[in-house]
Amino acid sequence: MEKNKYKQIVDKVSPKEDKLYNAIIAFLIGGLMGIIGQFLIEFYSYKFGIPTKEATVCMIVTLIFFSCLFTSLGFFDKLVSFAKCGLIIPITGFAHATQSAALEYKKEGLVTGIGANMLKLSGAVVIFGVVSAYVFSLIRMLLGVI
Amino acid sequence: MLFKYNNVYINGTGTVTGPYEANGPLSKYFDKSYQDLYFGMPTWEQAESKLMIDSIDIVLSKLGLTKFNVDMMISGDLLNQISSSNYAAKDVNVPFVGIFAACATSTLSLILAANMIEAGQVNTVLCSTSSHNNAAEKQFRYPVEYGAPKKNASTFTSTGGATAFLSTKKSNIKIESATMGTIIDLDMKDPNNMGAVMAPAAAETIYKHLKDTGRNPDYYDLILTGDLGVYGKEIMKEYLLNEYGLTLNKYEDSGTLLYDLKKQPVKAGASGPVCLPLVSYGYIFDLMKRKKLKKVLLVATGALMSQSMTNQKLSIPAIAHAVSLEAIR
Repeated sequence: MEKNKYKQIVDKVSPKEDKLYNAIIAFLIGGLMGIIGQFLIEFYSYKFGIPTKEATVCMIVTLIFFSCLFTSLGFFDKLVSFAKCGLIIPITGFAHATQSAALEYKKEGLVTGIGANMLKLSGAVVIFGVVSAYVFSLIRMLLGVI
Repeated sequence: MLFKYNNVYINGTGTVTGPYEANGPLSKYFDKSYQDLYFGMPTWEQAESKLMIDSIDIVLSKLGLTKFNVDMMISGDLLNQISSSNYAAKDVNVPFVGIFAACATSTLSLILAANMIEAGQVNTVLCSTSSHNNAAEKQFRYPVEYGAPKKNASTFTSTGGATAFLSTKKSNIKIESATMGTIIDLDMKDPNNMGAVMAPAAAETIYKHLKDTGRNPDYYDLILTGDLGVYGKEIMKEYLLNEYGLTLNKYEDSGTLLYDLKKQPVKAGASGPVCLPLVSYGYIFDLMKRKKLKKVLLVATGALMSQSMTNQKLSIPAIAHAVSLEAIR
């Protein structure tokens, strides 16, 4: 059979992803994460009397802590399967990806297992996060000079 | 390529599963099921090997035999270097052939064993295969605890071990003929839609088998493919109709039978090397022994996927091997 003809059959039969539903869920859960983050910032800056910048760091640490804890307790994967990008895109997704990989490889040794595989999923986020931070800082600096 | 056999029989089978399969509709046909996914072993990979060893122990004890009665073992699985098989074979300690045909392993092992038995080179052969959902997820996809969202066309790797014992000694189930498949590649690249990758391989092997034997599809009481899943099954039927004008009336796919597709979170159905043997060695063989089915064609389908090649943007090759079985008195 011709490849193109076969592709037509596959496209006809294969199920479509419900992108609108996924987007709405991600929007709502992602928005909820934003609300929680903002609440934490306000809470920390009010409670401890620290500037917003420092309160933001505390908020990030809190979210990372809880997503790692929930991953280790074994139910964060079910939340991610449901909320999809609503939990994957925020910092919770990064923590969860790192923690789940560490858990997966812990029995293959401290260095060869956890050390070598912990950033298997989230390594790309670190690399491209740093690269894009450089690029945008450069643009900002050049614009500032001009 | 067609092989004919006069004197090869399946004397016994052993099937072991994990909890998902045990909660499915075929649970009463399995010899043994575990309620957790470690089976007392420390890791997923070792757990998978344990499944294979268990299934071998079960079939030997059912037949009242020991490993000293086994001339050869042929087995394969999905893990890198077919490690489950290698470590299981270490325990069985008989001459061993490790094979890799992804999810087509079960029928390939039956064909190789039947050929050697028919040629009189060996008398008794164990054909084993296994897969483990979490071991496969870890190797091919994401860490288990990551819970990466699945596409609707994706299938769920089944957890289990299955072994068949073949010899020249007469039994209820005879291996009558077999067709060895060729690799088919229609430029499918989506590892989340393996049904579409494997469907044409299944269709080609079924067509070749029918052509070489001069049979029409209704000769068989059941044609059972391996792990195409809900959508792959439809694609396979469309392909056969479009390409060869063939319609299969008595056709099923193991991937749609192993789980309760409505209640269990398996998306398009079951997959994995052990999917077809779990369905056929228990459920289908039982129907054959009760004379509900007389002639059955098993067509295990394998997507020969390598992550490196997929990352290099190459398409996924697929293969299917068919084994024709007959229930005899």
